[in-house]
Amino acid sequence: MNITKRRGAAIAGVLAIALVGAACGSDNSGSSSSATSAAATTAGGATTTTAGGAATSAGATTTAAGGGGATTTVKVSGTLQGSGSTFQAAFQQEAIADFQKANSGTTITYGGGGSGKGRTDLAQSVVNFAGSDAPFDAASKPANPVLYFPVLLGPITVSYNLSGLSKPLQLSADALAKIFSRTIKTWNDPAIAADNPGVTLPSTAITVVHRSDGSGTTQNFTQYLMAAAPSSWTLGSGSTVQWPADTQAGNGNTGVAQIVTQTSGAVGYVDLSDAIASKLSYANIKNSSGKYIEPTPDSASAAGEGITVNADLTFSAINSPAPTAYPITYQSWVLVYQTQTSAGTGQLLKAYLGYLLGDGQKLLPDLDYAPLSKTLQASAVKQLDQLKIGA
Amino acid sequence: MTATVTATEAPPGEQPNLGGRRRWGDKSFRLIALLSGLSVLAILALIAISTTKEAWPIFSHDAAEFFFSSTWAPNQGKFGSLAFVYGTLVTSVIALVFAVPLSIGIALFITEVAPRWLKRPIVSVLDLLAVVPSVVFGLWGILVLAEPIGNFYDNVASALSPIPILGQLFDQPASGRSFFTAGLILAIMIIPIITSLTREVFDTTPTAEKEAAYGLGATRWEMIRASVFSHSKGGVVGAVTLGLGRAMGETIAAALVIGSNPQITANLFAPGYSMPAVIANEFGESSGDWRAALIGLGVVLFILTIIVNLTARAIVSRSIRRTRGE
Repeated sequence: MNITKRRGAAIAGVLAIALVGAACGSDNSGSSSSATSAAATTAGGATTTTAGGAATSAGATTTAAGGGGATTTVKVSGTLQGSGSTFQAAFQQEAIADFQKANSGTTITYGGGGSGKGRTDLAQSVVNFAGSDAPFDAASKPANPVLYFPVLLGPITVSYNLSGLSKPLQLSADALAKIFSRTIKTWNDPAIAADNPGVTLPSTAITVVHRSDGSGTTQNFTQYLMAAAPSSWTLGSGSTVQWPADTQAGNGNTGVAQIVTQTSGAVGYVDLSDAIASKLSYANIKNSSGKYIEPTPDSASAAGEGITVNADLTFSAINSPAPTAYPITYQSWVLVYQTQTSAGTGQLLKAYLGYLLGDGQKLLPDLDYAPLSKTLQASAVKQLDQLKIGA
Repeated sequence: MTATVTATEAPPGEQPNLGGRRRWGDKSFRLIALLSGLSVLAILALIAISTTKEAWPIFSHDAAEFFFSSTWAPNQGKFGSLAFVYGTLVTSVIALVFAVPLSIGIALFITEVAPRWLKRPIVSVLDLLAVVPSVVFGLWGILVLAEPIGNFYDNVASALSPIPILGQLFDQPASGRSFFTAGLILAIMIIPIITSLTREVFDTTPTAEKEAAYGLGATRWEMIRASVFSHSKGGVVGAVTLGLGRAMGETIAAALVIGSNPQITANLFAPGYSMPAVIANEFGESSGDWRAALIGLGVVLFILTIIVNLTARAIVSRSIRRTRGE
């Protein structure tokens, strides 16, 4: 081959490869339709009539799930994919196992990966539902309307490793803010002693442990510190903040729990289920009514009362005004698009959501989460009717 | 009269005409090989283009802050990469300081000193070490190494504190998770690669050169310096560069033991952060500018690796030219 022919072949080769690469790169729009149509199995073109909440379609009969706890005779089938918050991952695994057992022919997967990933996946229609500890922010909100279904509440414990205390440690928001911003460096500081009258605190140095990975737990914990102790907490709130240099970081709730267990004098924020699993002691935190409350499923459920809930069911359970509420309680939602184009997927989604908000709530206390308060549960179930299926 | 044999002599430089079928086979082979080679270039270009495109929001608006600030506060919109670049460089340098002498020593031992019955087991163990997944090293580091080594750091720090420079390099640790621990684990991970490549290069030293050195009365060490090292310079630098590339890009093992604290400090026992570690830790929860900043860190790592590679090749070619006497 002469020179020009050789060059021509080379350019053609690079162009061909680059074209293939570009085609693979712009695959996003293609995948959305495939994800939503993947679930339609036996339904295939089923018609839906939503008169009075009862819907019939070939292969799916649903009696509307009215009120919390009502058992639904649902015969749905198909596949659902979800991803997002690791906070609700344990609940999703249990709920999926139970739901699939009751409804053979359904396959539901929940991928975890973090609230941010879940929201991004939903925005690109890679999944049918997303778990998220925070709503979309204005910048990344998708064009089609999204419904927020709160599914659980959960307490964040302040776990510590101190021996020789006669009672569990009590801490106020102010002391917490000072500990985590390293204004206080030893356990027998007067600010901590003020919360624990009559208890002799050791002079051990405090080792602060936080999350190394971006996390909804960090976001809600720092949000609590900002709301409850604004004068002492200056680092803002977010899934990662600029922690002081002389603190330690662990990967995931289990990483933080492990460091706290290994280091005497350590304190860190850990989800209740991981704190219990690692046999950590956790502090009673002073809530907005002035009482020191222990983190339990009941005190976390109580935090769902008396808070302002927006019309789209977004809210914050942090620093709840309810008298028996545990103040560092946060919430997690399941996000779905309001308009479900595929009837089969839409029915399955509605049935699964109904389960999560109904019978699924009974699974929560054993997993160390808190069920929704009655008002929240009722509002969420009512919002199920807003799903437009098969439009 | 001479009978001229009229064989069709091909003009110099061109392939002889072998007949139609053979020619077609050659052509398609050349095409496939060409496409494969070009695809590597295309992939490299695609990586560079797509990551820069994703990171463009940060590069266009906050380039100065991104490249020259060490503050990393995503919730306040501040993204400075310096602390991570520092962490990556420091851990890689520590890894090299430990790995290179050890690797060259092992390679020399295998090629020059070890009896033949010992060579094969050592080589197999080394190859096994090379295939252990890096996450296993990270787990081992965090479970076994991180805690006891904290006490070791304490002792070293107290012993060295009066000495001016060393005292600052090895100051009080916060825990076993630090630049130094990450560097150690990276060293263990890159030793097998550097050793196997170096060993192969050492093996190619011509026996004639070795015998010549011995003939001139050299001791074994002098022979090694004169024949083996001078012959293998290029290959050894190549092996070290490969190991360095792996150390700089190591994600999980470093993320578990480096301490996850973005700071620039001379204290090697302090917790730090590296570019791959922060990308692994924070990518899942990131969005918008934060995500662009993390991808930007990936671009910086990419450029850093290319710079290191080019520098290494320049050093090698210069030293080769010098040995040839040009």
